[in-house]
Amino acid sequence: MSALIEVKGLDKAFGGVHAVEGVSFSVEAGQVYSVIGPNGAGKTTLFNLISGIYTPTKGEISLKGESTARLEPNQLAERGMCRTFQQMQICMNMSAIENVMLGRHLKLRSNLFTTLFRLPSLLRDEKSCRERAAELMEFVGCGDYLDTEASAMSYGALKRLEIARALAAEPKVILLDEPAAGLNAVETAALEKLIRKIADQGTTVMLVEHDMKLVMGISDRLLVLNYGRVLAEGTPEEIRNNPDVIAAYLGG
Amino acid sequence: MLNRFMQMRLRDLIILAIILFALPLFLNNPFHYDLATQMAIIAATVVGLNLLVGFAGQISLGHAGFFGLGAYFTGIMTSSYGWSSVPALVVGAIAVGIIAWIVGRPILRLKGHYLSMATLAVGFIIAIILNNERALTGGPDGMPVPAFTVFGWELSPFGSYNLLGMELNGSEAWYLFAALVLLVAVWLAQNLIDSPIGRALRSVHGSEVAARVVGVDTARYKSLVFVVSAIYASAMGSLYAHFQGFITPAVAGFDFSILFITMVVLGGMGSTMGVILGAVVLKLLPQVLADFQELETVMFGAILMLTMIFMPKGLLPTIQMAVGKRMKKKAGGQA
Repeated sequence: MSALIEVKGLDKAFGGVHAVEGVSFSVEAGQVYSVIGPNGAGKTTLFNLISGIYTPTKGEISLKGESTARLEPNQLAERGMCRTFQQMQICMNMSAIENVMLGRHLKLRSNLFTTLFRLPSLLRDEKSCRERAAELMEFVGCGDYLDTEASAMSYGALKRLEIARALAAEPKVILLDEPAAGLNAVETAALEKLIRKIADQGTTVMLVEHDMKLVMGISDRLLVLNYGRVLAEGTPEEIRNNPDVIAAYLGG
Repeated sequence: MLNRFMQMRLRDLIILAIILFALPLFLNNPFHYDLATQMAIIAATVVGLNLLVGFAGQISLGHAGFFGLGAYFTGIMTSSYGWSSVPALVVGAIAVGIIAWIVGRPILRLKGHYLSMATLAVGFIIAIILNNERALTGGPDGMPVPAFTVFGWELSPFGSYNLLGMELNGSEAWYLFAALVLLVAVWLAQNLIDSPIGRALRSVHGSEVAARVVGVDTARYKSLVFVVSAIYASAMGSLYAHFQGFITPAVAGFDFSILFITMVVLGGMGSTMGVILGAVVLKLLPQVLADFQELETVMFGAILMLTMIFMPKGLLPTIQMAVGKRMKKKAGGQA
Protein backbone atom coordinates (compact mmCIF):
# COMPACT_ATOMS: atom_id res chain seq x y z
CA MET A 1 0.00 0.00 0.00
CA SER A 2 1.27 3.45 -0.83
CA ALA A 3 1.68 6.17 1.75
CA LEU A 4 -1.23 8.35 2.88
CA ILE A 5 0.75 11.56 2.54
CA GLU A 6 3.71 11.76 0.20
CA VAL A 7 5.86 14.90 0.05
CA LYS A 8 8.56 15.23 -2.60
CA GLY A 9 11.16 17.98 -3.00
CA LEU A 10 8.94 20.57 -1.34
CA ASP A 11 10.13 24.15 -1.54
CA LYS A 12 8.61 27.39 -0.29
CA ALA A 13 10.38 30.71 -0.72
CA PHE A 14 9.27 34.04 0.72
CA GLY A 15 11.20 36.51 -1.37
CA GLY A 16 14.75 35.18 -1.16
CA VAL A 17 14.22 33.21 2.04
CA HIS A 18 13.61 29.50 1.68
CA ALA A 19 11.41 28.64 4.66
CA VAL A 20 11.15 25.05 3.46
CA GLU A 21 13.70 23.63 1.04
CA GLY A 22 13.84 20.24 -0.64
CA VAL A 23 11.76 18.45 1.97
CA SER A 24 10.65 14.88 1.19
CA PHE A 25 8.98 12.34 3.44
CA SER A 26 5.96 10.09 3.57
CA VAL A 27 3.39 9.30 6.22
CA GLU A 28 1.68 5.90 6.43
CA ALA A 29 -1.98 5.67 7.36
CA GLY A 30 -2.57 5.24 11.07
CA GLN A 31 0.77 6.69 12.17
CA VAL A 32 1.47 9.46 14.63
CA TYR A 33 4.02 11.44 12.65
CA SER A 34 5.74 14.37 14.33
CA VAL A 35 7.70 17.27 12.91
CA ILE A 36 10.22 18.82 15.27
CA GLY A 37 12.99 21.34 14.99
CA PRO A 38 14.28 24.58 16.50
CA ASN A 39 12.23 27.80 16.22
CA GLY A 40 12.10 29.06 12.65
CA ALA A 41 12.97 25.66 11.21
CA GLY A 42 9.93 25.77 8.92
CA LYS A 43 7.58 23.41 10.76
CA THR A 44 4.51 25.61 10.60
CA THR A 45 5.31 26.57 7.00
CA LEU A 46 5.39 22.86 6.19
CA PHE A 47 1.96 22.40 7.81
CA ASN A 48 0.60 25.41 5.94
CA LEU A 49 1.82 23.86 2.70
CA ILE A 50 0.34 20.45 3.42
CA SER A 51 -3.02 21.92 4.49
CA GLY A 52 -3.27 24.17 1.42
CA ILE A 53 -2.94 27.53 3.13
CA TYR A 54 0.30 28.16 1.20
CA THR A 55 1.01 27.06 -2.35
CA PRO A 56 4.46 25.51 -2.74
CA THR A 57 7.09 27.27 -4.86
CA LYS A 58 8.30 23.86 -6.03
CA GLY A 59 7.66 20.22 -5.25
CA GLU A 60 4.79 17.80 -4.89
CA ILE A 61 2.36 16.85 -2.15
CA SER A 62 -0.06 13.99 -2.54
CA LEU A 63 -2.83 12.67 -0.36
CA LYS A 64 -3.84 9.06 -1.06
CA GLY A 65 -2.02 9.25 -4.38
CA GLU A 66 -3.80 12.42 -5.54
CA SER A 67 -1.72 15.53 -6.06
CA THR A 68 -2.94 18.23 -3.66
CA ALA A 69 -0.28 20.95 -3.85
CA ARG A 70 -2.57 23.40 -5.67
CA LEU A 71 -5.78 22.73 -3.76
CA GLU A 72 -7.51 25.18 -1.42
CA PRO A 73 -7.89 24.28 2.29
CA ASN A 74 -11.63 23.66 1.87
CA GLN A 75 -10.94 21.25 -1.01
CA LEU A 76 -8.44 19.42 1.20
CA ALA A 77 -11.05 19.23 3.93
CA GLU A 78 -13.35 17.51 1.44
CA ARG A 79 -10.57 14.96 0.91
CA GLY A 80 -10.26 14.20 4.61
CA MET A 81 -7.67 16.61 5.97
CA CYS A 82 -8.23 18.89 8.93
CA ARG A 83 -5.97 20.84 11.24
CA THR A 84 -5.54 23.07 14.26
CA PHE A 85 -3.38 26.16 14.50
CA GLN A 86 -0.49 27.31 16.63
CA GLN A 87 -2.30 30.65 16.92
CA MET A 88 -5.68 29.20 17.81
CA GLN A 89 -8.41 29.93 15.28
CA ILE A 90 -11.68 29.85 17.18
CA CYS A 91 -14.77 31.76 16.08
CA MET A 92 -15.24 34.00 19.10
CA ASN A 93 -18.61 35.19 17.80
CA MET A 94 -20.12 31.75 18.39
CA SER A 95 -20.76 29.44 21.30
CA ALA A 96 -18.42 26.54 22.00
CA ILE A 97 -20.71 23.89 20.55
CA GLU A 98 -21.39 25.96 17.45
CA ASN A 99 -17.66 25.99 16.78
CA VAL A 100 -17.65 22.19 16.87
CA MET A 101 -20.85 22.01 14.80
CA LEU A 102 -19.08 24.17 12.23
CA GLY A 103 -16.59 21.32 11.97
CA ARG A 104 -19.38 19.12 10.61
CA HIS A 105 -20.03 21.57 7.81
CA LEU A 106 -19.23 19.08 5.06
CA LYS A 107 -21.39 16.36 6.62
CA LEU A 108 -24.55 18.46 6.46
CA ARG A 109 -26.87 18.54 3.51
CA SER A 110 -28.86 21.72 3.71
CA ASN A 111 -29.88 24.24 1.13
CA LEU A 112 -31.21 27.76 1.30
CA PHE A 113 -34.80 26.59 1.00
CA THR A 114 -34.80 24.06 3.86
CA THR A 115 -32.86 26.60 5.92
CA LEU A 116 -35.09 29.64 5.41
CA PHE A 117 -38.27 27.73 6.21
CA ARG A 118 -36.70 25.48 8.86
CA LEU A 119 -38.11 22.32 7.33
CA PRO A 120 -38.10 19.09 9.36
CA SER A 121 -35.16 17.62 7.40
CA LEU A 122 -33.00 20.52 8.55
CA LEU A 123 -34.12 20.18 12.16
CA ARG A 124 -33.30 16.46 12.15
CA ASP A 125 -29.85 17.17 10.71
CA GLU A 126 -29.23 19.90 13.25
CA LYS A 127 -30.27 17.71 16.14
CA SER A 128 -27.93 14.87 15.20
CA CYS A 129 -25.17 17.38 14.43
CA ARG A 130 -25.55 18.89 17.88
CA GLU A 131 -25.52 15.47 19.55
CA ARG A 132 -22.36 14.46 17.69
CA ALA A 133 -20.71 17.78 18.57
CA ALA A 134 -21.60 17.31 22.24
CA GLU A 135 -20.07 13.81 22.17
CA LEU A 136 -16.88 15.17 20.67
CA MET A 137 -16.68 17.92 23.28
CA GLU A 138 -17.04 15.23 25.93
CA PHE A 139 -14.33 13.20 24.14
CA VAL A 140 -11.78 16.03 24.21
CA GLY A 141 -12.76 16.99 27.75
CA CYS A 142 -14.74 20.19 27.40
CA GLY A 143 -18.19 18.70 27.88
CA ASP A 144 -19.00 21.28 30.54
CA TYR A 145 -18.87 24.17 28.11
CA LEU A 146 -21.55 23.26 25.55
CA ASP A 147 -23.42 26.56 25.31
CA THR A 148 -20.67 28.75 26.75
CA GLU A 149 -19.61 31.62 24.51
CA ALA A 150 -16.19 30.76 23.07
CA SER A 151 -14.96 34.19 24.16
CA ALA A 152 -15.62 33.23 27.81
CA MET A 153 -13.53 30.04 27.77
CA SER A 154 -10.02 29.47 29.12
CA TYR A 155 -7.02 29.01 26.86
CA GLY A 156 -6.63 25.32 27.64
CA ALA A 157 -10.31 24.59 26.99
CA LEU A 158 -10.18 26.46 23.67
CA LYS A 159 -7.18 24.38 22.58
CA ARG A 160 -9.20 21.22 23.18
CA LEU A 161 -12.23 22.79 21.51
CA GLU A 162 -10.19 23.39 18.38
CA ILE A 163 -9.25 19.70 18.30
CA ALA A 164 -12.93 18.76 18.71
CA ARG A 165 -13.82 20.97 15.77
CA ALA A 166 -11.18 19.31 13.61
CA LEU A 167 -12.39 15.86 14.67
CA ALA A 168 -15.98 16.81 13.88
CA ALA A 169 -15.06 16.75 10.22
CA GLU A 170 -14.16 13.05 10.64
CA PRO A 171 -10.80 13.56 8.95
CA LYS A 172 -8.52 10.74 7.77
CA VAL A 173 -5.56 12.85 8.82
CA ILE A 174 -5.46 15.57 11.43
CA LEU A 175 -2.64 18.12 11.65
CA LEU A 176 -2.01 19.47 15.15
CA ASP A 177 0.23 22.54 15.26
CA GLU A 178 1.76 22.84 18.74
CA PRO A 179 -1.25 21.59 20.68
CA ALA A 180 0.70 21.59 23.95
CA ALA A 181 1.98 25.16 23.69
CA GLY A 182 0.88 27.12 26.74
CA LEU A 183 -0.52 24.09 28.56
CA ASN A 184 0.60 23.09 32.06
CA ALA A 185 1.92 19.61 32.92
CA VAL A 186 -1.48 18.19 33.86
CA GLU A 187 -3.11 19.52 30.69
CA THR A 188 -0.23 18.18 28.59
CA ALA A 189 -0.65 14.70 30.09
CA ALA A 190 -4.36 14.86 29.23
CA LEU A 191 -3.47 15.97 25.72
CA GLU A 192 -1.11 13.01 25.30
CA LYS A 193 -3.93 10.64 26.23
CA LEU A 194 -6.25 12.45 23.82
CA ILE A 195 -3.83 12.18 20.89
CA ARG A 196 -3.41 8.47 21.64
CA LYS A 197 -7.19 8.02 21.64
CA ILE A 198 -7.46 9.82 18.30
CA ALA A 199 -4.74 7.63 16.80
CA ASP A 200 -6.33 4.49 18.24
CA GLN A 201 -9.51 5.32 16.34
CA GLY A 202 -7.52 5.00 13.12
CA THR A 203 -7.01 8.69 12.38
CA THR A 204 -3.54 9.57 11.15
CA VAL A 205 -2.03 12.33 13.27
CA MET A 206 0.63 14.79 12.16
CA LEU A 207 2.07 16.78 14.99
CA VAL A 208 4.29 19.84 15.33
CA GLU A 209 5.42 20.08 18.91
CA HIS A 210 8.21 21.41 21.10
CA ASP A 211 7.48 19.27 24.16
CA MET A 212 10.05 16.50 23.61
CA LYS A 213 8.68 14.21 26.28
CA LEU A 214 5.28 14.30 24.60
CA VAL A 215 6.67 13.86 21.09
CA MET A 216 9.05 11.00 21.92
CA GLY A 217 6.30 9.24 23.86
CA ILE A 218 3.59 9.10 21.21
CA SER A 219 5.23 9.37 17.78
CA ASP A 220 5.70 6.42 15.45
CA ARG A 221 8.11 8.42 13.31
CA LEU A 222 9.68 11.86 13.44
CA LEU A 223 10.93 14.39 10.94
CA VAL A 224 13.57 16.83 12.16
CA LEU A 225 13.80 20.15 10.32
CA ASN A 226 16.58 22.69 10.61
CA TYR A 227 16.74 25.90 8.56
CA GLY A 228 13.99 24.54 6.30
CA ARG A 229 15.86 21.33 5.42
CA VAL A 230 15.43 17.78 6.62
CA LEU A 231 18.04 17.03 9.25
CA ALA A 232 16.88 13.53 10.08
CA GLU A 233 13.91 11.20 9.75
CA GLY A 234 13.17 8.02 11.65
CA THR A 235 11.73 6.37 14.73
CA PRO A 236 12.02 8.15 18.09
CA GLU A 237 14.88 5.80 19.02
CA GLU A 238 16.86 6.65 15.86
CA ILE A 239 16.27 10.38 16.30
CA ARG A 240 17.31 10.32 19.93
CA ASN A 241 20.69 8.85 18.98
CA ASN A 242 21.29 10.87 15.82
CA PRO A 243 24.42 13.03 16.31
CA ASP A 244 23.21 15.75 13.90
CA VAL A 245 20.00 16.18 15.86
CA ILE A 246 21.86 16.35 19.16
CA ALA A 247 24.17 18.98 17.67
CA ALA A 248 21.29 21.08 16.32
CA TYR A 249 19.42 20.96 19.57
CA LEU A 250 22.27 21.35 22.01
CA GLY A 251 24.37 23.57 19.76
CA GLY A 252 27.45 21.66 18.66
CA MET B 1 -34.34 20.50 24.59
CA LEU B 2 -34.31 24.02 23.23
CA ASN B 3 -30.87 25.35 22.54
CA ARG B 4 -29.80 28.86 23.44
CA PHE B 5 -30.50 30.21 20.00
CA MET B 6 -34.00 28.81 19.73
CA GLN B 7 -34.99 30.27 23.08
CA MET B 8 -33.64 33.69 22.13
CA ARG B 9 -35.33 33.49 18.77
CA LEU B 10 -38.76 32.73 20.11
CA ARG B 11 -38.43 35.40 22.78
CA ASP B 12 -37.31 38.02 20.26
CA LEU B 13 -40.07 37.23 17.77
CA ILE B 14 -42.76 37.36 20.44
CA ILE B 15 -41.49 40.64 21.86
CA LEU B 16 -41.30 42.14 18.38
CA ALA B 17 -44.84 40.98 17.54
CA ILE B 18 -46.22 42.44 20.77
CA ILE B 19 -44.51 45.78 20.16
CA LEU B 20 -45.63 45.95 16.53
CA PHE B 21 -49.27 45.17 17.29
CA ALA B 22 -49.43 47.29 20.45
CA LEU B 23 -47.91 50.27 18.67
CA PRO B 24 -51.20 51.45 17.09
CA LEU B 25 -52.36 52.35 20.61
CA PHE B 26 -49.83 55.18 20.52
CA LEU B 27 -50.28 56.22 16.90
CA ASN B 28 -53.08 58.69 16.54
CA ASN B 29 -52.92 60.14 13.07
CA PRO B 30 -52.05 59.03 9.51
CA PHE B 31 -48.69 60.80 9.70
CA HIS B 32 -47.64 58.62 12.64
CA TYR B 33 -48.78 55.51 10.79
CA ASP B 34 -46.86 56.53 7.69
CA LEU B 35 -43.72 57.05 9.70
CA ALA B 36 -44.14 53.67 11.42
CA THR B 37 -44.70 51.98 8.05
CA GLN B 38 -41.53 53.52 6.65
CA MET B 39 -39.67 52.38 9.75
CA ALA B 40 -40.87 48.80 9.35
CA ILE B 41 -39.88 48.65 5.66
CA ILE B 42 -36.46 50.19 6.32
CA ALA B 43 -36.00 47.95 9.37
CA ALA B 44 -36.61 44.85 7.25
CA THR B 45 -33.98 46.15 4.80
CA VAL B 46 -31.36 46.55 7.52
CA VAL B 47 -32.22 43.13 8.98
CA GLY B 48 -31.07 41.81 5.60
CA LEU B 49 -28.02 44.07 5.48
CA ASN B 50 -27.12 42.92 9.00
CA LEU B 51 -26.76 39.35 7.70
CA LEU B 52 -23.92 40.61 5.52
CA VAL B 53 -22.37 43.16 7.87
CA GLY B 54 -23.12 41.86 11.35
CA PHE B 55 -22.93 38.12 10.84
CA ALA B 56 -20.59 37.56 7.90
CA GLY B 57 -18.43 40.59 8.72
CA GLN B 58 -18.43 42.02 5.20
CA ILE B 59 -19.45 45.57 4.38
CA SER B 60 -21.63 47.22 1.78
CA LEU B 61 -21.70 50.98 1.44
CA GLY B 62 -23.87 50.72 -1.65
CA HIS B 63 -26.86 48.78 -0.44
CA ALA B 64 -29.29 51.54 -1.34
CA GLY B 65 -28.36 50.68 -4.93
CA PHE B 66 -30.15 47.34 -4.60
CA PHE B 67 -33.00 48.99 -2.69
CA GLY B 68 -33.34 51.51 -5.53
CA LEU B 69 -33.18 48.83 -8.23
CA GLY B 70 -36.05 46.98 -6.55
CA ALA B 71 -38.04 50.20 -6.22
CA TYR B 72 -37.53 51.15 -9.88
CA PHE B 73 -38.14 47.65 -11.20
CA THR B 74 -41.49 47.66 -9.44
CA GLY B 75 -42.21 51.24 -10.53
CA ILE B 76 -41.45 50.57 -14.19
CA MET B 77 -43.11 47.15 -14.47
CA THR B 78 -46.33 48.14 -12.66
CA SER B 79 -46.80 51.56 -14.25
CA SER B 80 -45.50 51.06 -17.80
CA TYR B 81 -46.08 47.33 -18.35
CA GLY B 82 -49.17 46.74 -16.25
CA TRP B 83 -47.61 44.01 -14.09
CA SER B 84 -49.21 43.15 -10.79
CA SER B 85 -47.22 44.04 -7.65
CA VAL B 86 -46.26 40.59 -6.40
CA PRO B 87 -44.75 39.31 -9.66
CA ALA B 88 -42.91 42.62 -10.06
CA LEU B 89 -41.50 42.32 -6.54
CA VAL B 90 -40.47 38.69 -6.97
CA VAL B 91 -38.98 39.00 -10.46
CA GLY B 92 -37.25 42.24 -9.41
CA ALA B 93 -35.76 40.53 -6.36
CA ILE B 94 -34.51 37.60 -8.44
CA ALA B 95 -32.99 39.96 -11.03
CA VAL B 96 -31.30 42.01 -8.30
CA GLY B 97 -30.06 38.78 -6.72
CA ILE B 98 -28.43 37.80 -10.00
CA ILE B 99 -26.88 41.25 -10.38
CA ALA B 100 -25.57 41.06 -6.80
CA TRP B 101 -24.08 37.63 -7.51
CA ILE B 102 -22.31 38.83 -10.66
CA VAL B 103 -21.01 41.96 -8.94
CA GLY B 104 -20.27 40.19 -5.66
CA ARG B 105 -18.07 37.38 -7.01
CA PRO B 106 -15.16 39.69 -7.91
CA ILE B 107 -15.54 42.43 -5.28
CA LEU B 108 -15.99 40.14 -2.28
CA ARG B 109 -12.40 39.00 -2.79
CA LEU B 110 -11.49 42.42 -1.44
CA LYS B 111 -11.22 43.11 2.26
CA GLY B 112 -11.69 46.09 4.58
CA HIS B 113 -11.44 49.53 3.01
CA TYR B 114 -11.09 48.10 -0.49
CA LEU B 115 -14.41 46.28 -0.17
CA SER B 116 -15.99 49.47 1.20
CA MET B 117 -14.80 51.43 -1.82
CA ALA B 118 -15.96 48.79 -4.29
CA THR B 119 -19.46 48.55 -2.79
CA LEU B 120 -19.62 52.34 -2.61
CA ALA B 121 -18.88 52.41 -6.33
CA VAL B 122 -21.60 49.84 -7.05
CA GLY B 123 -24.12 52.07 -5.29
CA PHE B 124 -22.97 55.13 -7.19
CA ILE B 125 -23.11 53.39 -10.56
CA ILE B 126 -26.69 52.26 -9.93
CA ALA B 127 -27.74 55.75 -8.82
CA ILE B 128 -26.12 57.30 -11.91
CA ILE B 129 -27.89 54.84 -14.22
CA LEU B 130 -31.26 55.58 -12.60
CA ASN B 131 -30.56 59.29 -12.99
CA ASN B 132 -29.60 59.10 -16.63
CA GLU B 133 -32.02 56.58 -18.11
CA ARG B 134 -34.73 59.21 -18.42
CA ALA B 135 -36.86 57.25 -20.87
CA LEU B 136 -37.30 54.43 -18.36
CA THR B 137 -36.96 56.07 -14.97
CA GLY B 138 -37.98 59.67 -15.53
CA GLY B 139 -34.46 60.74 -14.53
CA PRO B 140 -33.90 63.05 -11.56
CA ASP B 141 -37.57 64.06 -11.59
CA GLY B 142 -38.57 60.58 -10.48
CA MET B 143 -41.62 58.56 -11.40
CA PRO B 144 -45.03 57.78 -9.93
CA VAL B 145 -45.75 54.24 -8.76
CA PRO B 146 -49.26 52.74 -8.66
CA ALA B 147 -50.75 51.33 -5.47
CA PHE B 148 -49.86 47.83 -4.25
CA THR B 149 -52.22 45.24 -5.74
CA VAL B 150 -52.74 41.55 -4.97
CA PHE B 151 -55.25 39.58 -7.06
CA GLY B 152 -56.98 42.77 -8.08
CA TRP B 153 -57.22 43.92 -4.48
CA GLU B 154 -55.59 47.30 -3.94
CA LEU B 155 -53.68 48.52 -0.90
CA SER B 156 -53.49 52.28 -1.08
CA PRO B 157 -52.67 54.80 1.67
CA PHE B 158 -55.86 56.59 0.68
CA GLY B 159 -58.23 53.62 0.68
CA SER B 160 -60.41 52.31 3.46
CA TYR B 161 -60.57 48.69 4.52
CA ASN B 162 -62.46 46.29 6.68
CA LEU B 163 -60.37 43.68 8.49
CA LEU B 164 -62.36 41.17 10.59
CA GLY B 165 -64.92 43.82 11.39
CA MET B 166 -62.33 46.54 12.14
CA GLU B 167 -62.58 49.70 10.09
CA LEU B 168 -59.08 50.62 8.85
CA ASN B 169 -57.99 53.57 6.81
CA GLY B 170 -55.24 53.16 4.19
CA SER B 171 -52.41 54.23 6.49
CA GLU B 172 -53.45 51.77 9.17
CA ALA B 173 -53.77 48.94 6.67
CA TRP B 174 -50.33 49.68 5.24
CA TYR B 175 -48.85 49.71 8.73
CA LEU B 176 -50.28 46.28 9.55
CA PHE B 177 -49.02 44.93 6.25
CA ALA B 178 -45.51 46.35 6.81
CA ALA B 179 -45.48 44.99 10.37
CA LEU B 180 -46.26 41.51 9.08
CA VAL B 181 -43.56 41.83 6.43
CA LEU B 182 -41.04 42.84 9.11
CA LEU B 183 -41.97 39.83 11.25
CA VAL B 184 -41.51 37.49 8.30
CA ALA B 185 -38.21 39.17 7.39
CA VAL B 186 -36.96 38.68 10.95
CA TRP B 187 -38.16 35.08 11.09
CA LEU B 188 -36.37 34.21 7.83
CA ALA B 189 -33.19 35.96 8.96
CA GLN B 190 -33.22 34.10 12.26
CA ASN B 191 -33.74 30.79 10.49
CA LEU B 192 -30.77 31.55 8.29
CA ILE B 193 -28.49 32.49 11.19
CA ASP B 194 -29.23 29.41 13.29
CA SER B 195 -28.39 26.83 10.63
CA PRO B 196 -25.37 25.21 8.99
CA ILE B 197 -25.37 28.03 6.44
CA GLY B 198 -25.56 30.59 9.26
CA ARG B 199 -22.66 29.02 11.10
CA ALA B 200 -20.61 29.06 7.91
CA LEU B 201 -21.46 32.76 7.47
CA ARG B 202 -20.56 33.63 11.02
CA SER B 203 -17.32 31.64 10.76
CA VAL B 204 -16.28 33.83 7.84
CA HIS B 205 -16.44 36.69 10.34
CA GLY B 206 -15.00 34.76 13.30
CA SER B 207 -12.02 33.15 11.60
CA GLU B 208 -11.91 32.80 7.85
CA VAL B 209 -8.96 30.40 7.94
CA ALA B 210 -10.70 28.14 10.49
CA ALA B 211 -13.75 28.11 8.25
CA ARG B 212 -11.70 27.05 5.25
CA VAL B 213 -9.87 24.18 6.95
CA VAL B 214 -13.16 22.59 8.00
CA GLY B 215 -14.33 22.79 4.41
CA VAL B 216 -16.29 26.04 4.17
CA ASP B 217 -15.96 27.52 0.69
CA THR B 218 -15.75 31.05 2.09
CA ALA B 219 -15.94 32.81 -1.28
CA ARG B 220 -19.21 31.02 -2.05
CA TYR B 221 -20.75 31.91 1.30
CA LYS B 222 -19.73 35.55 1.03
CA SER B 223 -21.46 35.72 -2.36
CA LEU B 224 -24.50 33.94 -0.98
CA VAL B 225 -25.01 36.35 1.90
CA PHE B 226 -24.37 39.33 -0.38
CA VAL B 227 -27.10 38.05 -2.68
CA VAL B 228 -29.52 37.37 0.19
CA SER B 229 -29.02 40.84 1.64
CA ALA B 230 -29.45 42.39 -1.82
CA ILE B 231 -32.71 40.46 -2.26
CA TYR B 232 -33.95 41.78 1.08
CA ALA B 233 -33.10 45.32 -0.07
CA SER B 234 -34.74 44.86 -3.46
CA ALA B 235 -37.99 43.42 -2.06
CA MET B 236 -38.23 46.20 0.51
CA GLY B 237 -37.43 48.76 -2.18
CA SER B 238 -40.41 47.45 -4.15
CA LEU B 239 -42.73 47.85 -1.15
CA TYR B 240 -41.28 51.28 -0.39
CA ALA B 241 -42.01 52.40 -3.95
CA HIS B 242 -45.65 51.28 -3.67
CA PHE B 243 -46.05 52.87 -0.28
CA GLN B 244 -44.54 56.23 -1.25
CA GLY B 245 -46.34 56.27 -4.58
CA PHE B 246 -43.47 58.26 -6.05
CA ILE B 247 -39.75 57.53 -6.30
CA THR B 248 -36.65 59.48 -7.26
CA PRO B 249 -33.07 58.24 -7.77
CA ALA B 250 -32.41 59.36 -4.17
CA VAL B 251 -33.73 55.95 -3.02
CA ALA B 252 -30.59 54.43 -4.56
CA GLY B 253 -28.33 57.24 -3.37
CA PHE B 254 -25.30 57.48 -1.16
CA ASP B 255 -27.23 59.09 1.72
CA PHE B 256 -29.57 56.13 1.89
CA SER B 257 -26.68 53.65 1.84
CA ILE B 258 -25.01 55.47 4.71
CA LEU B 259 -28.30 55.61 6.58
CA PHE B 260 -28.66 51.80 6.29
CA ILE B 261 -25.14 51.09 7.48
CA THR B 262 -25.47 53.60 10.33
CA MET B 263 -28.64 51.83 11.47
CA VAL B 264 -26.78 48.51 11.57
CA VAL B 265 -23.77 49.90 13.44
CA LEU B 266 -25.82 51.99 15.88
CA GLY B 267 -28.34 49.26 16.64
CA GLY B 268 -25.76 46.54 17.04
CA MET B 269 -23.97 44.52 14.37
CA GLY B 270 -25.03 40.90 14.60
CA SER B 271 -28.14 41.69 16.66
CA THR B 272 -31.34 41.38 14.64
CA MET B 273 -33.44 43.16 17.25
CA GLY B 274 -30.67 45.73 17.66
CA VAL B 275 -30.66 46.84 14.04
CA ILE B 276 -34.45 47.26 14.16
CA LEU B 277 -33.96 49.59 17.11
CA GLY B 278 -31.25 51.34 15.08
CA ALA B 279 -33.69 51.86 12.22
CA VAL B 280 -36.35 53.25 14.58
CA VAL B 281 -33.95 55.66 16.29
CA LEU B 282 -32.48 56.98 13.06
CA LYS B 283 -35.91 57.42 11.44
CA LEU B 284 -37.17 59.28 14.51
CA LEU B 285 -34.15 61.52 14.90
CA PRO B 286 -34.84 63.77 11.87
CA GLN B 287 -38.44 64.23 13.14
CA VAL B 288 -37.24 65.32 16.55
CA LEU B 289 -34.49 67.53 15.16
CA ALA B 290 -36.46 68.90 12.21
CA ASP B 291 -34.96 72.38 12.75
CA PHE B 292 -31.45 71.13 12.00
CA GLN B 293 -32.27 69.36 8.77
CA GLU B 294 -29.23 70.63 6.87
CA LEU B 295 -27.00 69.03 9.50
CA GLU B 296 -28.54 65.57 9.02
CA THR B 297 -25.55 63.99 7.25
CA VAL B 298 -23.16 65.48 9.79
CA MET B 299 -25.29 64.01 12.59
CA PHE B 300 -25.28 60.55 11.03
CA GLY B 301 -21.51 60.74 10.70
CA ALA B 302 -21.15 61.81 14.32
CA ILE B 303 -23.49 59.03 15.49
CA LEU B 304 -21.51 56.46 13.51
CA MET B 305 -18.22 57.65 15.01
CA LEU B 306 -19.45 57.94 18.57
CA THR B 307 -21.08 54.51 18.42
CA MET B 308 -17.89 52.89 17.15
CA ILE B 309 -15.78 54.56 19.85
CA PHE B 310 -18.08 54.28 22.87
CA MET B 311 -20.48 51.43 22.03
CA PRO B 312 -18.70 49.19 19.55
CA LYS B 313 -21.26 46.47 20.13
CA GLY B 314 -24.12 48.87 19.36
CA LEU B 315 -27.11 50.22 21.23
CA LEU B 316 -29.17 47.14 22.04
CA PRO B 317 -26.34 44.71 22.97
CA THR B 318 -24.84 47.43 25.21
CA ILE B 319 -28.18 47.95 26.96
CA GLN B 320 -28.70 44.20 27.29
CA MET B 321 -25.25 43.80 28.83
CA ALA B 322 -25.81 46.65 31.29
CA VAL B 323 -29.19 45.24 32.34
CA GLY B 324 -27.72 41.73 32.63
CA LYS B 325 -24.95 43.01 34.90
CA ARG B 326 -27.39 44.88 37.11
CA MET B 327 -29.65 41.86 37.47
CA LYS B 328 -26.67 39.70 38.39
CA LYS B 329 -25.61 42.26 40.99
CA LYS B 330 -29.11 42.33 42.46
CA ALA B 331 -29.32 38.53 42.54
CA GLY B 332 -25.90 38.43 44.19
CA GLY B 333 -27.00 41.01 46.78
CA GLN B 334 -30.05 38.99 47.77
CA ALA B 335 -28.20 35.70 48.12
